[in-house]
Amino acid sequence: MTDLLNRHSFVELGARQRAKALLDAGSYRELIDPFQRVMSPWLSRQGVVPQADDGVVIAKGTLDGLPVVIAAIEGNFQGGSLGEVGGAKIAGALELAAEDNRNGIPTRAVLLLETGGVRLQEANLGLAAIADIHAAIVDLRQYQPVIGVVAGSVGCFGGMSIAAGLCSYLLVTREARLGLNGPQVIEQEAGLEEYDSRDRPFIWSLTGGEQRFNSGLADRYVADDVAQIRQQISELLQQGLPATQRSRQADYYLARLAELDAAPQIEPATVRDLYQGERS
Amino acid sequence: MSGLQWFNALSAGAAPVAGLPASLKVADGVLGEQAVRFIAVVPDAANRFPRARQGEVGLLEGWGLAKAVDEAIASGDQRPIIAIVDVPSQAYGRREEALGIHQALAGAADSYARARLAGHPVIALLVGKAMSGAFLAHGYQANRLIALRDPGVMVHAMGKASAARVTLRSVEELEALAASVPPMAYDIDSYASLGLLWETLTVSQIEQPTADDLARVSDCLVQAIKDIQNSGVRDLRGRLGAVNRAASSHVRELLREQW
Repeated sequence: MTDLLNRHSFVELGARQRAKALLDAGSYRELIDPFQRVMSPWLSRQGVVPQADDGVVIAKGTLDGLPVVIAAIEGNFQGGSLGEVGGAKIAGALELAAEDNRNGIPTRAVLLLETGGVRLQEANLGLAAIADIHAAIVDLRQYQPVIGVVAGSVGCFGGMSIAAGLCSYLLVTREARLGLNGPQVIEQEAGLEEYDSRDRPFIWSLTGGEQRFNSGLADRYVADDVAQIRQQISELLQQGLPATQRSRQADYYLARLAELDAAPQIEPATVRDLYQGERS
Repeated sequence: MSGLQWFNALSAGAAPVAGLPASLKVADGVLGEQAVRFIAVVPDAANRFPRARQGEVGLLEGWGLAKAVDEAIASGDQRPIIAIVDVPSQAYGRREEALGIHQALAGAADSYARARLAGHPVIALLVGKAMSGAFLAHGYQANRLIALRDPGVMVHAMGKASAARVTLRSVEELEALAASVPPMAYDIDSYASLGLLWETLTVSQIEQPTADDLARVSDCLVQAIKDIQNSGVRDLRGRLGAVNRAASSHVRELLREQW
């Protein structure tokens, strides 16, 4: 009980507060802040009110004294969807972090992922920006760890779930969901029998943070607490690059999938058993 | 089926690469005088995963693409990689989500991006649909994107029916909006206006390429390979600069100033 009272929820914080909570006190500096009003050029004409930061916060600072750039997606603006401006902010920040490293400055990156993926009102420019983000993660990852955090409550979907899969390390909470396709879209494409988007326990049992961690598809499973999340990110930053990047384990996953009887519909336990022991 | 047709035409006489899922066609052939690897995702009616039988990029396809590209990187010869793109979508299914299709697609994107960074010219040839997550896994990490000019060739984030549902519009409303908002459009000319394509080509028979069609496309691929090799650029900056993508450049300039 005392433990609960002492906790400060990370999930309840907005993108800007999250970034501030992670960085060393006094080190937070936002780039292209909302007062600069760099907004989506595409939303107004579709009757959607744009936001002054386009739903993405880029902050530089230090974490335990290490140079870090944080890209935080605001899940409360348009479902955390990525359009041209927000996407370019994340890609551009990662590109500059990689350039820093080529110039001898060891900038690391932390991505706070609350996103449904591409913003459909900016469809192809969102998709292109996400391809740029993928490219930039793979580039930066050569030098320093890129840490993905899916805390909740939006979760991480679409092209940005691929970005999560490219991160050096992935940290999730019990509130997190991580999957390529949103439940509604799967139901629309494949039918209710395949995927019931309104069955929340079912969705969480397959794509929730605990299941992803227990299946080896995430590296840390943390309580929804600012101090604990900060501590885990700090440890991962100190750890440096992972011995083996999860997205480079094609042989391992192809071998596991070859063992699976794919005929019956799948259960969460089947996934855990199949991928068990993956974590080294 | 354009993907398979173009794969067969371009890789005629090439050595097929074994040890990959049946839904992947991979061959080491020659383009001009250069050894290249061709890669396509094709329908496989016998796919063990029922939601990935019509050319969708699913679990086996994502990890299989990663393996096919990794092998090319391991050859150490910086051979060009030609991704032939005709992918209707990623696979939508319970097995796919449960088994981490996002991670499989990350595997593919990872390998293509590392190939590019390692100096392999990577080219995506769009001969059909290039949809959403499927395109992110197979093609979007290329140095150069080349599209055939045809109503069947399209790039998009989501099919029309689902996009309409998610944005709470009717399909008709969506189409009307798409006509006036270039990034929302489904046609290749609107896509070209975003500056993401290096070249568009007209062919006479996209479903069954003629000798002339094949020669035109092959020549364009050879030019693209040379262009990449001469530029020495291994990132994706060549896609920036179009008026319809001005904000992407503007944001980068501001970030650099304020960094």
